[in-house]
Amino acid sequence: MSILVHENTRVVVQGITGTEGTFHVQRMKEYGAKVVAGVTPGKGGTAHLGVPVFNTVEEAVARTGANASAIFVPPFFAAEAVMEAADAGVGVIVCITEGIPTFDMIKVKAYLKGHASALIGPNTPGIISPGKCKIGIMPGHICKRGTIGIISRSGTLTYEAIQQATKLGYGQSTAVGMGGDPIIGLKFIDFLKLFKEDDETEAVILIGEIGGTAEEEAAEYIQKDFKKPVVGFIAGQTAPPGRRMGHAGAIIAGGKGTAAEKIEALKKAGVHVAISPADIGLMLKKALKS
Amino acid sequence: MKIHEFQAKSILSRFGVQVPRGEVADAPSKAREIAERIGPRVVLKAQIHAGGRGKGGGIRVASSPGEAEDIARRMLGMTLVTPQTGPEGKEVRRLLVEEALEIRRELYLGIVIDRAREAAVIMASTEGGVEIEKVAAEKPDLIFKEYVGQTTGLLGFQARRLAFKLGLEGDTLKQAVKFIGGLYRAFEASDASLAEINPLVVTGQGSVLALDAKMNFDDNALPRHLDINAMRDLGEESPLEVEASKSNLNYIKLDGDVGCMVNGAGLAMATMDIIKYSGGAPANFLDIGGGVSETAVTNAFKILVSDKDVKAALINIFGGIVRCDMVAGGIVKAAREIGLKIPMVVRLEGTNVDVGKRILEESGLAFVSAPDMKTAAEKVVALVKGGN
Repeated sequence: MSILVHENTRVVVQGITGTEGTFHVQRMKEYGAKVVAGVTPGKGGTAHLGVPVFNTVEEAVARTGANASAIFVPPFFAAEAVMEAADAGVGVIVCITEGIPTFDMIKVKAYLKGHASALIGPNTPGIISPGKCKIGIMPGHICKRGTIGIISRSGTLTYEAIQQATKLGYGQSTAVGMGGDPIIGLKFIDFLKLFKEDDETEAVILIGEIGGTAEEEAAEYIQKDFKKPVVGFIAGQTAPPGRRMGHAGAIIAGGKGTAAEKIEALKKAGVHVAISPADIGLMLKKALKS
Repeated sequence: MKIHEFQAKSILSRFGVQVPRGEVADAPSKAREIAERIGPRVVLKAQIHAGGRGKGGGIRVASSPGEAEDIARRMLGMTLVTPQTGPEGKEVRRLLVEEALEIRRELYLGIVIDRAREAAVIMASTEGGVEIEKVAAEKPDLIFKEYVGQTTGLLGFQARRLAFKLGLEGDTLKQAVKFIGGLYRAFEASDASLAEINPLVVTGQGSVLALDAKMNFDDNALPRHLDINAMRDLGEESPLEVEASKSNLNYIKLDGDVGCMVNGAGLAMATMDIIKYSGGAPANFLDIGGGVSETAVTNAFKILVSDKDVKAALINIFGGIVRCDMVAGGIVKAAREIGLKIPMVVRLEGTNVDVGKRILEESGLAFVSAPDMKTAAEKVVALVKGGN
């Protein structure tokens, strides 16, 4: 298996006719993802890139059986797009959009409490189960089918980890970016719980960064309840406090959220922490042999 | 985004939050005029984007309009160094001249977003006038918190509970409840990321006022708050950072001498880390982002090398959406325009990597190429050390 997205994942793309949507839907299709529908209000009844376009997500789901969504709409409309997908009963919502205001996301999270949907992101490169399905913008060609689960708060740093693993012969069951914003859908713990139940996943690489406490919460969970080997890396060991390092969520605020605290928490939980980002692959090899 | 105290107070007063009477002076004569109107006793407060102003002589009391003018003459144009400005300090270009109040109690009130609870949290404390981090570390039981429900907003009883815990009563309590409500409405309506009143004061007459006010805003929401966006003071930001933001680049100046240019925030932080790990010190954070153009890459290159501290640079690109050939084209163009005056190590990987590498080779410029991150970092650090 793999987690969240598989061979049977049927994707509806919200914002399919926009520049970003168009570009990445082509690549998702090339990778073999089943893109079954698109949504652009007002363009229902047309087709784009050979995909039928609907006015609402509800209609797209009813007509095509879509069970996952990819969101490529502009930041001020993205929060509503997530809620529309949840309302239509979409199981997995992947919100690629970067730049959604924090208060919009607070609203989204409150809304999702009454729905069964799992939200990935926003501000995520997406999710890929190599050889099966890709929702998002990551380069599919660096991935290889295998048994390593990867969870990350970053985009290109995830590619770095995937490549290091692939070069050493370790393929991936699922690689997912959880998003670089302060308020996001699924967090490390949620993904770890899914990887725990996934027979195909042997070990997990967890890539965190400064800001917030998601890594510390993950460490607590790992120590208590996660037996598979975990390799960790925390970006931002040299980041100054009080500055937003690109990602809206990557900021050391009030002395909290430093890399040192997170590394300490992960080590305590038995995670194999790579201090250098070049050693993620080697650390994985070591973890699997021990 | 950060704004000045006087700007924060103007926003807050629109939401019914009580602030002292005051006006902004950019000349000594103006300070005198203001003191004549609202004085005679006034407080002159340096308007810079950093806290701890009192410690550096950035807050002074004048007992007459004439004294206000004298003090303003000395303060305007001075370089104010506080624990938060760094040793280089900040130039004082404006003063907020306010009525001097008779202060009975100094309290604390602040609002931030609690990431774990996914809600705004209002914090109040009886320990005003000191850093809240210090209170949190030493007397955490003196910080009272209320989380704001997304669907309900701040409820009346929550504001009352805070006011009672602060030990207020009578008309002062009523004023404080109104104050807390107004502060929260201002916070939410303006998409703030921080609103801090430290100290919140109770005067001799029992009035509740914001003696100081600090507001930061969610950058993502600024396009829908044009009035707040217009409060941005570019004079408070580093010139290179302002230049970078014009090309939608994320650039932050740091203390080291190894420049770096990377695509993606996580990889950019990791690149800084590996430079340190290899024995060097990063001179900056620079994320060119995902939707970058060749022109933006050229600008990024120019910004990177215009930092005088940079002795060598590392360009680390993992192409996903960003194509290596486009980045290579951008840096070659910039290097031809302004010259390649410092050693530059380039690591390219991912989309169109072969074309990218060929562009660099065929340029005839002395880029040092590296096959991976580790080698790249080691090479750039060796080049910096060799140059010393």
